Amino acid sequence: MRKSDEFILEARHLTKAFKGFVAVNNVNLKVRRGTIHALIGPNGAGKTTCFNLLTHFVTPTHGQILYNGVEISNYSPSKIARLGLVRSFQISAVFPHMTVLENVRIGLQRRRGGSYDFWRSERTLRDLDSKACELIDAVGLGGYEHMGAAELPYGRKRALEIATTLALDPEMMLLDEPTAGMPHADVSRISALIKKVAANRTVLMVEHNLSVVADLSDVITVMQRGEVLAEGDYATVSQDAHVIEAYLGSGND
Amino acid sequence: MIPAPDRIFYAPASSVEIRHQGVAFIFMVAVFAIAPFVVYPLFPMKVMCFALFACAFNLLLGYGGLMSFGHAMFLGTAGYTSAHAAKVWGVPPEVALLLGTSAAALLGLVVGAIAIRRQGIYFAMITLAFAQMMYFFYLQTPFTYGEDGIQTVPRGHLFGLVDLSVPMAVYFVVLLIFIGGFLIIYRVIHSPFGQVLKTIRENEVRAISLGYDTNRYKLLAFVLSASLAGLAGATKMLVFGLASLTDVHLAMSAEVVLMTLLGGLGTIFGPVVGALIIVAMENYFAQFGPWVTVAQGSIFIGCVLAFRRGVVGEIAHRLKMSL
Repeated sequence: MRKSDEFILEARHLTKAFKGFVAVNNVNLKVRRGTIHALIGPNGAGKTTCFNLLTHFVTPTHGQILYNGVEISNYSPSKIARLGLVRSFQISAVFPHMTVLENVRIGLQRRRGGSYDFWRSERTLRDLDSKACELIDAVGLGGYEHMGAAELPYGRKRALEIATTLALDPEMMLLDEPTAGMPHADVSRISALIKKVAANRTVLMVEHNLSVVADLSDVITVMQRGEVLAEGDYATVSQDAHVIEAYLGSGND
Repeated sequence: MIPAPDRIFYAPASSVEIRHQGVAFIFMVAVFAIAPFVVYPLFPMKVMCFALFACAFNLLLGYGGLMSFGHAMFLGTAGYTSAHAAKVWGVPPEVALLLGTSAAALLGLVVGAIAIRRQGIYFAMITLAFAQMMYFFYLQTPFTYGEDGIQTVPRGHLFGLVDLSVPMAVYFVVLLIFIGGFLIIYRVIHSPFGQVLKTIRENEVRAISLGYDTNRYKLLAFVLSASLAGLAGATKMLVFGLASLTDVHLAMSAEVVLMTLLGGLGTIFGPVVGALIIVAMENYFAQFGPWVTVAQGSIFIGCVLAFRRGVVGEIAHRLKMSL
């Protein structure tokens, strides 16, 4: 019955206080299964901290996190990833001195198991190659399989990162600014890619590019100074007086 | 942007790489097989022991990104254990080697379990602290005979058959152990586990976010490295019939770092070349006394400043291959 629950991820009263500074304050967040949910807000609003808390890269001061109805607040980051809640990072996180193929294979390898086998040849990983190539093609990197990841241009590194994440076939993806620092042509490609991969999974993303947010998101949560300011679809949120003030406030003074 | 992105053919590096490495491997084996007929056999045997030690260290630092500053404790622990077993308990050499290696593995498990909880310089400092504690232990405990060490350990008969007091017999046994250890390390690097180890070196946080419990992988790497360092230590004891404080001293931990960096960190053959250079300097320039250390230091500084990839790393880079 678990799978039919309406919400895949739920944060209750999530709070993180660093010394004398509350980065995230009593955030309640519900992510509906199968949607693309965007987290937006000005710089320093606590969006990335939220991501770090949800995946336990940072331990919350208090609050609860439920994933598929199970409390995961005390799980290690790697265990959370193994449950199917996989995150990306603000700066691209590929393995630079490995090839594109190896980068994707490392995701497939984790799912298959046998990663402690130090006595086996890496040739045993070749059965994963065809699946890896499929994923590489899917993100538009076909032909680059044997190129070192470090040599890829920035936009393509992000695509590779998504391919590696997809190799885990996660139920839910957390994307931290997937289009940040990208030229315009790449933005539309990544945005199309996100739409494609979100077809049968849930996506929660932090994003600054509002046209991407408007185009992709089913639900938008706006954060400011560690707190939730507003929530709803793009039309609702963009009409919200608090949101307009948060984004444009300084201009009107 | 890269021009014409669709279906450029990039040759899979691996098969070409394997061919180059195969040639280099055969060359290395040939050199060590001919060496005892050209030079005094004790020298190449010493080189092989240190080469295995450096390769084990390189597995941890070069492929796992873990800097241990106390690897001498594994070399020395295996040396003392095997020496005591062979001399006092009178076990055959194969059992002595096995006991020495196991002792190093066990110590690796304990030290590793604690050290991997911290990263970078703190990791290195924990290994250093343990190494100093082990040094003090071996200095004080009676079975090691303090400053004298365990001397005149009999080499015995391997599997009751091969008389290791025959110089050529012991030489080729050492060569087999070295080749075996070298191939084990090669396999570990080129295994599914080795792939994960590389991801930890490249970007540990990302490896965690993919669901890898990186601490367990680091611990396994640490234990493997400690065991192989132990195998080197036990073999060295067998060659010289001696286990002494030199092998557990901080200077030895530093020397293995020097060998690895000089030869080429993260290269397959680098540590072997590094060990050859350092041992050769110690052997053939021994009459210059402390000047050897000065020369080693200068070479090290020159290496770090001028060719940071190390000897093999630099050659591999020039020839655009992986060695």
